[in-house]
Amino acid sequence: MSILKVEKEGNVAVVTLNDPDEKVNKLNEKLIDQVTDFLDELRSDNSLRGAIIISGKENNFIAGADLDMLKARATAEELEEMSCVGQEVLLEIENFPKPIVACIHGSCMGGGTELALACHYRIISDSNETKIALSEVKLGLIPGMGGTQRLPRLIGIQKSLPYLLTGKNMYSRQAAKTGFADEVVNRNKLKQAGIRAVQKYANRKVERKDRRGFFERILENNGLGRLIIFSQAHKKTAAQTRGNYPAPPQIIESVRYGFKEGLKSGLRNESKIFGQMGVTPESKALVQLFFEMNKTKKNPGKEKAKQIKNIGVLGAGLMGSGIAQVSIENGYHVWLKDQKLERATGGKKTIYENLQKDVDKKIITPFERDEKLSLIHPTETYESFKTMDLVIEAVFEDLDLKRKIVAEVEAATNDQCIFASNTSSLPIKDIAANANRPENIIGMHYFSPVQKMPLLEIIKTDRTPDWVTATAYEAGLKQGKTIIVVNDGPGFYTTRIIAPFMNEALLLLEEGADIAQIDRAMKDFGFPVGPFANLDEVGIDVGAHVAGVLSDIFKARGGKTSQKATELVNAGYKGRKNQKGFYRYNGKKKEVNTDIYQFFGGQDRDRMDDEDIQFRIAMMMINEAVYCLQEGILMSPTDGDIGAIFGLGFPPFLGGPFRYIDREGADEILDFMQELENDYGRRFAPADLLQEYARQNKTFHSE
Amino acid sequence: MIISNNSTHEAILAYGGRIPFQRSLTAYKDLSAFDLARLALEGLITRSGIQTELVDLVLMGTVIQDVNTSNIAREASLAAGIPKNVPAFTTTMACISSNAAVTSAIEKIRTGQNRVVIAGGVETMSDIPIRFRKKFRQKLLETRKYKSPTDFLKFFKGLRPSDLMPDIPSISEYSTGETMGASCDKMAAKYGITREEQDRYALQSHQKAAEATEKGLLSGELFPAAVPPRFELVTVDNTFRADTTLEKLAALKPAFEKKYGTVTAGNSSALTDGASAALIMDRQTAEEHGIKPKAVFRSYTYVAQQPADELLIGPAMAVPVVLDQMRLTLGDIDVFEFHEAFAGQILTVLKALESDEFARERLNRSSRVGEIPMDKFNSWGGSLSLGHPFGATGTRLVTTAANRLEKEDGQFALVAACAAGGLGHAIVMERV
Repeated sequence: MSILKVEKEGNVAVVTLNDPDEKVNKLNEKLIDQVTDFLDELRSDNSLRGAIIISGKENNFIAGADLDMLKARATAEELEEMSCVGQEVLLEIENFPKPIVACIHGSCMGGGTELALACHYRIISDSNETKIALSEVKLGLIPGMGGTQRLPRLIGIQKSLPYLLTGKNMYSRQAAKTGFADEVVNRNKLKQAGIRAVQKYANRKVERKDRRGFFERILENNGLGRLIIFSQAHKKTAAQTRGNYPAPPQIIESVRYGFKEGLKSGLRNESKIFGQMGVTPESKALVQLFFEMNKTKKNPGKEKAKQIKNIGVLGAGLMGSGIAQVSIENGYHVWLKDQKLERATGGKKTIYENLQKDVDKKIITPFERDEKLSLIHPTETYESFKTMDLVIEAVFEDLDLKRKIVAEVEAATNDQCIFASNTSSLPIKDIAANANRPENIIGMHYFSPVQKMPLLEIIKTDRTPDWVTATAYEAGLKQGKTIIVVNDGPGFYTTRIIAPFMNEALLLLEEGADIAQIDRAMKDFGFPVGPFANLDEVGIDVGAHVAGVLSDIFKARGGKTSQKATELVNAGYKGRKNQKGFYRYNGKKKEVNTDIYQFFGGQDRDRMDDEDIQFRIAMMMINEAVYCLQEGILMSPTDGDIGAIFGLGFPPFLGGPFRYIDREGADEILDFMQELENDYGRRFAPADLLQEYARQNKTFHSE
Repeated sequence: MIISNNSTHEAILAYGGRIPFQRSLTAYKDLSAFDLARLALEGLITRSGIQTELVDLVLMGTVIQDVNTSNIAREASLAAGIPKNVPAFTTTMACISSNAAVTSAIEKIRTGQNRVVIAGGVETMSDIPIRFRKKFRQKLLETRKYKSPTDFLKFFKGLRPSDLMPDIPSISEYSTGETMGASCDKMAAKYGITREEQDRYALQSHQKAAEATEKGLLSGELFPAAVPPRFELVTVDNTFRADTTLEKLAALKPAFEKKYGTVTAGNSSALTDGASAALIMDRQTAEEHGIKPKAVFRSYTYVAQQPADELLIGPAMAVPVVLDQMRLTLGDIDVFEFHEAFAGQILTVLKALESDEFARERLNRSSRVGEIPMDKFNSWGGSLSLGHPFGATGTRLVTTAANRLEKEDGQFALVAACAAGGLGHAIVMERV
C-alpha cells in the first residue's frame, strides 16, 4: 500500500503522507523506500521545481519511528545500520537541488521532526494540536536520524539541549521563537504557504535570521564556550538521572562530537551511538513499557461500557478536587460535593487556580478556563444526584464512613449509577458489605496529585459485572489515566506492595539508619522520591492506617512490622500537612527533622551500605508484587509493572518488578531473597511463585 | 392578541432560580454580564442535575448590551458546559426581556420545535457600556481612513475638550426623553397615590423579603454564586433593607421630580446586578426523565400603549386579557407575582384594576377587574426589595410564583410586569 500520495499542483509536487493501515503516520522502511523513489522522480521531472510534504491525517504529521523496526533488530550493529539508511535519505533531502518544504500540523515526534529538520523550509500550523518533539530520550535512545546534529545547528546548542534531553514538546509559539519554524500559519493555509515557499526558494537559498541571543552566540561560536556548555549540561544531567539513564549523556556527546568533527562525521557517530543505546537494558525496558502503556489505552470491554455524562465526586479536598479536575478535561460535568458548600467551592477554587496557571502561560484563554470551570458544580446536597452515572468518593479512609456514604449515595442515585471508592487500602467487598447494589460498587484508586500521577487502579470484586468495570475504565481513559484492573483484597496491588516497602524503611530507621541517606539511596536506585519524603507527602497518618489494614497479611507470614508510624501519629506527626514529619517545612530548604530521631533511638545515626538499603527496601516491594500475582490480585505481570511504575514511581528503566526479575533471573532473585531472609528474618521469605519460576527457569514476560 | 393553547405539547417549568441579586457595585462589581449569565446557567445545571445533552435551545434576556457579548445567551451558554451544537439567542424587551425569553421557550415547546429550553436573563448595572460622545466617536472612526501622518492633524480640528467627556447612558425613554422615575411620578399623581402610600408599600416589600429570606423560603431558587478569583460565596440577596422604617423612608428626598415628587430612592427598585435561569420543558419529556413539573404555563399576553402618560400601567391592561382567556377571575388566583418597578407604579396598577372607570374607559369592560387580596401578593418580596436586574426579573417572577404555588398549596398563579416603552405582560401558571 502506498503511504505517499504525490500530486502536482502546477510545478510543485504535493506529497501527502497517509498510512492507510495506521491511525497515525509512522516512519518505517516502507515510508523511507517510497520517499527515496519519490526523490528520484522529483530529480528527473523537469516540470517540477520542488515539493512540499504534508500529512493526510487529522492531527498528526509523523508520530515518530515505527518501534517495530527496533524490535526486529537485536544487535547494536543492525540498529546502527538501520539508522544509517535513514541518515542517507535525509542527507539526500538536505542536499537536494530543489526545495523541499515540510508543512506540519499535529503531533510531529522523533523521526518526524528529524525529517522536518532535513527539509529546506518548515511551515507549522498555529494549532495547539501541533507539538514538535525529539522524544527518543524517553525510550532510552538518542535521535538516530540527525536530530542531535541538525536541531542544535538550526536553533542553537543551548536552546536545543532541553528538547533533546527531555523529549519535551515544542509548541508553535516556541517553534516560531526558536526559529525551528520558518513560518507559522493556520492549518488550512499550510499547503498554500508551502507551495509559495517552494516557488520562492526554487532558485535561491533560504536565508534565516540567527535567533540566538547575544550571550548564546558568544558561547556557542567558539570551542571553549561550547566546552563550558557541554560540561554544564553533563553536570546537570548527571544530577537529574543519577547515572541511571545512559542516553542523556550520550546525547550531549553526540552534539559535542558533531560540532567538533562536522556534520557528516557527526551523523555517522550519531548512528553508532543510536545502535549502542538501542541494546541497553534501560532502552529495552522503556520501549517495552511504551508498548504496554499503549495497550492500556484501549478499553478491553469498550462495547460493554455505558455512556457517562454526569459524575459526582464526594469530598472536595486535594484528592476530590484532583479527580474533579481530570474529569472535566474531556467535558464531563462534575458535581463536587462536600459536607459544607464552602468546602466544595474551595475545591472549585483550587481548580480555578490550576487553570489560571495555564492562562498565565497562555496555554489556554480565559474563556477556555471559564468553559472548563463551569463544568464543576459545587454542592452540599445530593439533590441533583438522580442523574449521576458515576459517583466517586474521596472521603476520609474510614470503613464506617464509607459504608454510610454508600447508603446515602444509593438512596440519592438511580439503579444504574456506579459507586466508585477511591480507597487506597480498604477492600471493596467490605465497603459494599451492606449495600443494596453491591455489584455497582467498584474501586477507582487515584494517586496524589491526581493531575500529575498517571495511574488509575481499578479494583473489581467477584460480584462486579463486566459493564461496571468497562464503564469505570472508559471514565478513567477520558480522565487521561493509564489504567490497570486488579482484584479485590486489602491494599489491592499498589498499596499492598508499598506497605512492606515503607515498613522496611522504618525498620532500617529503627536499626539506626539515617533519613537523608535512605531517601538519597532510593533516589539513586531510581525512585523519584525517597520513602520518607513520600511518607510526609502522603501523610504519616495515612501510612499508619495502611499499615494497620495490611498488618494481618504480613503477620500471618511471620513478618516483622514496624509500629513506628502509629507511634508518630500519636505524637502528632502527620507529615507535610501539619508541617510535622521526617522533614522540616518551615525553612526554605527542606531539611531532615532531627527531632523525629527520638522515636528511632536518638540522634546518633549509623552510616549503612547504600546497596543494603536499596535492596532491602526494593526487594520487599518486588517480592510482594509476586505474592499479588500468586494470589490473583494481579491479573498479569504487565499490570504489576505498570502499576508499580506509574503509581509508585518504581524505576521505569528497570521495567517494573516483574521485568526486573526477568532481567536478573528468577533464580538470582531467589538466592538474593533467601540471603536476605537469613540475615533479616521471615519477612524476606520469597513468594512461592518466585520459587516456582526459579525452579523451572521461567520468565514472567514472554518477550 | 389572543394566544390559544390547544397544542398537544404543554410547556412546564421544571426548575428555576437565580444567583442572589446584589446592589450594583457590590459583590458582583468585578464581573461582566457574561460572567453573571454563566453563573446562572451553571447554577441551574448544578441544581437540576440536567444532562446538558438534552437541552435544545438557550434564551436569555438582557437590556443593556455589552458590545463584546451582544448575543450574551450564546457566549454564556458556550462557557457553561452546554453542548456547542445547542443554539442560543438573546431577547430584549426592556424590563420584561426575560419574560420574552420564557414565552419564546413556551412557543418553541408548544409548536413541537423543542423539548427542553433554558430561558433566563441577566443584567449588570456595575459594568454598563459608557461611550464617548458622538463627535469623538465619529472622529475615531474617521481615523481608520487616515493614510498619512498629517491626516491626524484633522483629528483635532473642531474637537472641543467637552467632546472628550464620557456619555453615560441614563434610564430614560428614547421616544419621550423622560426618565422612568419621573414618568412614574406623574402617573402616581394622576391616580392619586400619595407619598405615604408608596413608602408604606415599599416598607412592606422590604419586610416581606427579609422575612422570606430569614425563613429560607427563597433558598430553593437561589443559586449560590462563588465569585472568582476569591470564590467567596454569595448566598442571599443584599438588596433589601430589613431594618428600614417608615420614618427613614419618609425622610428621603424625591429622586426625580424635585418639587412635588413622591418617587424616592426608597420606594423605587434599586440598580441591581443579577442573572436568572429556568429549565422549561415539554411536559411529556419531563415526565419521561422523571422530572416533576413545578407548574404548567397557561395563557400569556403582551400589551403596549403610548409611552408618554402611563408608561408603566401595562399590567393593568394585560391581566384582564389572560384572565378572560382562561375564564378565570382574580378570585381564582392563589398566587400573585407582579414586578414592582416603583411603589407608585404598582399601586397605580392595583388601583386601576379596582377602578370601574378605568375598566370602562381603558379596558372596554362594563366593570372593574377586581381587587387583589394583598395577602397573596408578592408574599416573598418584590423588585423593590429583592432588586431588579432588568433582564433577569421575569424569570425570577415565574420561578417564585411556581415555588409559592407549591408552598402555599395553590392552583393558579398570575404573573405580571411592566416595561419601558409602555409595554406590559401577564401570564397564568397552573400547578399540576
